[in-house]
Amino acid sequence: MPELNTSSLPDLIFSVLFFFMMVTSMREVTLMVKFDRPAGTQLEKLARKSCTSFIYIGRPQEQYRAQYGNSTKIQLNDKFAEAGEVYDFVMDDRNKLAEVDKPFYTVSIKADHESPMGTITDVKQMLRKGYALKIVYSATKPRE
Amino acid sequence: MGKKRKMPGLNTSSTADISFMLLIFFLVTTSMDTDQGLARTLPKPPEEDELNNEIKVKERNILNIRINKDNYLMIGDDYVDISDVKPRAKEFIANPENNPHLPELKPKQVKLLGTMMVTENHVISVQTDRGTSYGVYFQVQDQLVAAYNELRDELAKQKFGYKYQFLTKEEQEAIREVYPQKISEAEPKQYGKGQ
Repeated sequence: MPELNTSSLPDLIFSVLFFFMMVTSMREVTLMVKFDRPAGTQLEKLARKSCTSFIYIGRPQEQYRAQYGNSTKIQLNDKFAEAGEVYDFVMDDRNKLAEVDKPFYTVSIKADHESPMGTITDVKQMLRKGYALKIVYSATKPRE
Repeated sequence: MGKKRKMPGLNTSSTADISFMLLIFFLVTTSMDTDQGLARTLPKPPEEDELNNEIKVKERNILNIRINKDNYLMIGDDYVDISDVKPRAKEFIANPENNPHLPELKPKQVKLLGTMMVTENHVISVQTDRGTSYGVYFQVQDQLVAAYNELRDELAKQKFGYKYQFLTKEEQEAIREVYPQKISEAEPKQYGKGQ
């Protein structure tokens, strides 16, 4: 029986490898807040991830508690922020986009289900002020 | 002496293993991030002159949903459970029996469907306290969207024989005109002593 020619096997696997390297997006920010997203039934998939900014809302992770306390915080990029800073954040992020992508600019709010609405409302008011009107309340599928 | 020495081929049999390892690494770290969520559109910021004259809406056309700081839910004047939100919202949006306490039905010309009775001016307003937990607010929003989606599905099945999501763009638009989504993100108010 002739041996199977496996000389092209590395090439094949390399191409699969390159595919995965391309689609992988290493998480860009380190999460400093803990959030357990609410579960919903009427969810839609996020259409364009490249046109989306994320706002994280929740209690600080354990290692930050000593410094920042245990109350609900807003995280923008890599640091904790006040609600007022959301305005500058969306302005900056939207300006980074190409002109054609700007109408699709979406803000995804990843908030813990126990956060008080006060914080969320403050953020929403700032988003309105910055004309970032398309938002997504990030959620998980209900656990069966 | 002039013999040409043949160069031994590089042993590449382990390349496959190495690339397999890399492949597995990327397979594991890849999170084909399926970020899901409830999409909403916020209203434009109020203009200076709009602040003072609030738009008057007839009382029968508003469904007030209030959530207080202890996460109790009220629709109109009744305390309700989260599971009551969807049926109440559906009844309110469609007003199938032309109840005088529910939104007024107005005839409206809709493409593909002809004249339909539509509760065009209805508004669902969700008001929360600063202390309300986000989870409850989200559940209410989710239930409201579910109510709209069910009504749209029902109408789509009745008129076109398929669920809403399988219709063509024009058909979907017609259905949307009969059941337009009108959830008002009311200006925040402070009720009681939340936070």
